[in-house]
Amino acid sequence: MINYIWLALIVIGILTALLQGKTDLVTTAAFDAANSAVELSIGLVGIMTLWLGLMKLAEASGIVRFIGRLLKPIMKRLFPQVPEDHPAMGSMVMNMAANLLGLGNAATPLGIKAMKELQELNEEKDTASNAMCMFLAINTASVTLVSTSVIAFRKAAGSVAPAEIIGPTIIASVIGTAVGIIAAKILEKISGKGGR
Amino acid sequence: MFERVVNLISAYAIPVLILVIPLYAALKKVKVYEVFCEGAVDGFHTAVRIIPFLVAMLVAIGIFRASGAMDILVKFFSPLTRLFGMPGELLPLALMKSLSGSGANGLLTDALKTYGPDSLIGRMASIMAGSSETTFYVIAVYFGAVGVRKTRHAVPAGLIADVAGILAAVWIAHLMFS
Repeated sequence: MINYIWLALIVIGILTALLQGKTDLVTTAAFDAANSAVELSIGLVGIMTLWLGLMKLAEASGIVRFIGRLLKPIMKRLFPQVPEDHPAMGSMVMNMAANLLGLGNAATPLGIKAMKELQELNEEKDTASNAMCMFLAINTASVTLVSTSVIAFRKAAGSVAPAEIIGPTIIASVIGTAVGIIAAKILEKISGKGGR
Repeated sequence: MFERVVNLISAYAIPVLILVIPLYAALKKVKVYEVFCEGAVDGFHTAVRIIPFLVAMLVAIGIFRASGAMDILVKFFSPLTRLFGMPGELLPLALMKSLSGSGANGLLTDALKTYGPDSLIGRMASIMAGSSETTFYVIAVYFGAVGVRKTRHAVPAGLIADVAGILAAVWIAHLMFS
């Protein structure tokens, strides 16, 4: 999909430029964009390094596990088909705690582990279970406490208050997640299959 | 009141986390400096690893914008997006969000550069970009890992959540910053 979009941006861009006689602008834009991509990424290095260092501490000291325990009561309601003491519950909780802290790299392996454990409970192996769909709806909306890379991009672009979007981002992602959960609950009734 | 609380969270989140996490880790007898550096190495690699992806995306977006194609697209869709308060300039980002993380990063930086990070559009773009994951990527990776082909309502539920997140970002940006 992304391959087509990328190609379309370039092809449509160049064709439009040819039609409007702006080809010289395109040349400058391409080189400028390549340059500024590198500059921006370099601006990102410091903040990302600081943040992932901090988050490694959060992981090592058990803060991720602690947040996981706080989420437990909510999990029972979200995944009624998954037995409370099933390993899938633990993996899903840890995955969400890692996502909450913006630990994408730690979250993905935990999420894949959770999916494998959910697959054990799944009766039709090639078809998603209700629990899987719910887990993915929550994951794709993903509440993030601090969206570090966005803050770093803002800082690199010269913002006077790069962190001012933290609060609004939390609110927007909580709303997105809540709607995702409701949608998954409603759609699982419509899409039938009652499977586990 | 609501806006005050949201602003307080923004102002204190980072200092509090930078204070509390190392303190708590030290209490738990974690070797704070060594473990911090271990994670920092990952952070460094992550930041460097995205450079080629960002170059690829920003060049394509840069060409698209310089040619005037972006203006045509924005002008065409503006009346539609303005119905719910979203500047037409942000439609490409809103659409890209669910498809590609590097694409969304490219469009975010492009918007921050073109309109300024502290403009309404820049702030709205930031909130939008931070408030959801790349739905199709997550679904591909997670279902791919267990060999599930019939994804049932996972995609629609994920996309509904994305749309809600985008509308929420538009709403709260207006509430807080305009």
